[in-house]
Amino acid sequence: MQPDPISPRARILQALAADPRTRLLHGHRFRAAEALPWILAVVAYFAFDTYLSLGIAVLIAVLFTLSLDLVIGYAGIATLGHATMYGFGAYTAGLVAVHFTREPVTGLFMAMLAGAAMAFVTGRLFLHLRGNTLIMLTLAVVVMLSEVANKATSLTGGEDGLRGVVIDPLFGIYKFDIWGRTRYWYVLVTLFVLFLIARRIAHSSFGFALQGIRENDRRMSAIGSPVPWRLLVIYTIGGAFAGAAGGLLAQSNRFVGLDVFSISTTSTVLIMLVLGGTGRLYGALVGAAIYVMLHHFASAINPFHWMFVVGAVLILTVLFAPAGLFGLIEKLSSPLNRRAR
Amino acid sequence: MDLFLNNVSFLIVDGIAYGMVLFVISIGLAITMGLMRVVNLAHGSFAAFGGYIGIKAVNELGVPFPVGLMIAFSGTFLVSIVLERLLYVHLYKASELKQVLMTVGVILVSIASFNLAFGAQSLPVKLPPYLTGPVDLGFREVPSYRVFLIAVGLAMMIGLWLLLDRTRFGAQIRAAVDNRHMAESMGIDVMRLFTITFALGSGMAGLGGALGAEILPLEPVYAFKHLLTFLIVVSVAGFGNIKAVAVVSLILGVIDTAGRYFVPAYGAFVIYLTMIAILLWRPNGLFSKT
Repeated sequence: MQPDPISPRARILQALAADPRTRLLHGHRFRAAEALPWILAVVAYFAFDTYLSLGIAVLIAVLFTLSLDLVIGYAGIATLGHATMYGFGAYTAGLVAVHFTREPVTGLFMAMLAGAAMAFVTGRLFLHLRGNTLIMLTLAVVVMLSEVANKATSLTGGEDGLRGVVIDPLFGIYKFDIWGRTRYWYVLVTLFVLFLIARRIAHSSFGFALQGIRENDRRMSAIGSPVPWRLLVIYTIGGAFAGAAGGLLAQSNRFVGLDVFSISTTSTVLIMLVLGGTGRLYGALVGAAIYVMLHHFASAINPFHWMFVVGAVLILTVLFAPAGLFGLIEKLSSPLNRRAR
Repeated sequence: MDLFLNNVSFLIVDGIAYGMVLFVISIGLAITMGLMRVVNLAHGSFAAFGGYIGIKAVNELGVPFPVGLMIAFSGTFLVSIVLERLLYVHLYKASELKQVLMTVGVILVSIASFNLAFGAQSLPVKLPPYLTGPVDLGFREVPSYRVFLIAVGLAMMIGLWLLLDRTRFGAQIRAAVDNRHMAESMGIDVMRLFTITFALGSGMAGLGGALGAEILPLEPVYAFKHLLTFLIVVSVAGFGNIKAVAVVSLILGVIDTAGRYFVPAYGAFVIYLTMIAILLWRPNGLFSKT
């Protein structure tokens, strides 16, 4: 009799991977590897303290991408308008700091609220639509708001951007210094808290319902899931997260530029998500981090060459790695796949 | 009063000329969206490509402007056949998200390539003398370039209508738009039809890019800059409806031109708001049958 070439451990892993219930029942448990990005983020603070502003940009991009993952990756809402909520949150946090209070946490909450409100209203209007029409409408809102922000110069500063965003020390103690030490921790802790919430949502029954809707919305309706309501709820939550990302951007840059509402912002966040991989939360982390860091160093050399590379990578991703970088890693390292080769 | 009337007639001529350019560029997008259900966000890149090669030929090789237009059409036609076979063929059964991503990728690559090949500045157009002066239409003088745009646009409208309404090829396209599976069962080679139609639509866009280079200047970011304008025409008109695309292009051309003149601060804003309202009211376009 031939000895079985597979080790008992691999066989157990295989059985677990083959059983669809495994993911549903055990997905919410924390695995050791999940601590890795956060350890990296803390290590980066001490190891690369001259690059803190880049680190902050990475963390904000991760949050923004994460918010889109909830909407696209989990609920499958094909939107090209996520910059709407991001920009709205950014301007809200900026205006709150200029006109009302310089207290950062209040500004952040207002930004989240603004993002959520914007998402709720546009979601109410648009989410019953599908496909091309939805993509165009969401994109049109971004461009329209950019036009509004451009023309309302007395409020937004127009093309010069909103200046004079000054933030008080965090909790009255930690000053926002020019090196970005406080800002880094502020953004990292915000991201961590919101990530835990997103993770909880993703592994809740609500999160499973969303994935069901993503796969087949008619069937979900047929088994009694309130599809439009669920979509609106996740769209609003995603809006709040995107608003938070915009708010953090305004507070840490002390400035809001017109480009928060732009086709480029709204497509970049999609690119970051897809490069990392949709519908897995960690894809957003990997995609945004790699994109922003590469962008920082490559576009310093030549912004047009950078565009070429991103465009080409995007085309290749759609053709050859539809699940993104993270999907590729998963595929190469899964026990099932290892056996097959 | 006389001055006002003068301005209005000028605006209408200008607006219609602009609308014709919009029509020539957008019609290809409308047809590919109707036939293949692909959101080709990179449609503007094809227009810019045609514009660049056509105008470069006029400027540097000294070919007559109409020949430049033909170069724009045929060059874009050939390039788009290659791209359709290489890239777009993978999109026919893909989700909207993938279509958006790949076509955004095409835009980015095109921006970088145009910048490398033609420079970051917008390309000046050397029009022949007969297109720079005014032309007397009897009741008033209008710039001859605008008259030329309107004439070419009208010719394209009539030509397209004849092609789609009066030829076997057109009947096949209409059949495939209405019911792809039925058309296939009747023995129509739909994939071949897709390739030819895509190339035709892109070729028209290329021609439009060269034709309208004075109104929509050729620059590397062309595709991003005018993306929403083309999308507005197509989505308001409804996919694959030629007459509607013509009507919407002309109306948008006139409104946009008038808006820029009378209310420069709110012109673009009003157009986006109108588009959103129309799409919410009739998601499949203003002239859709459903």
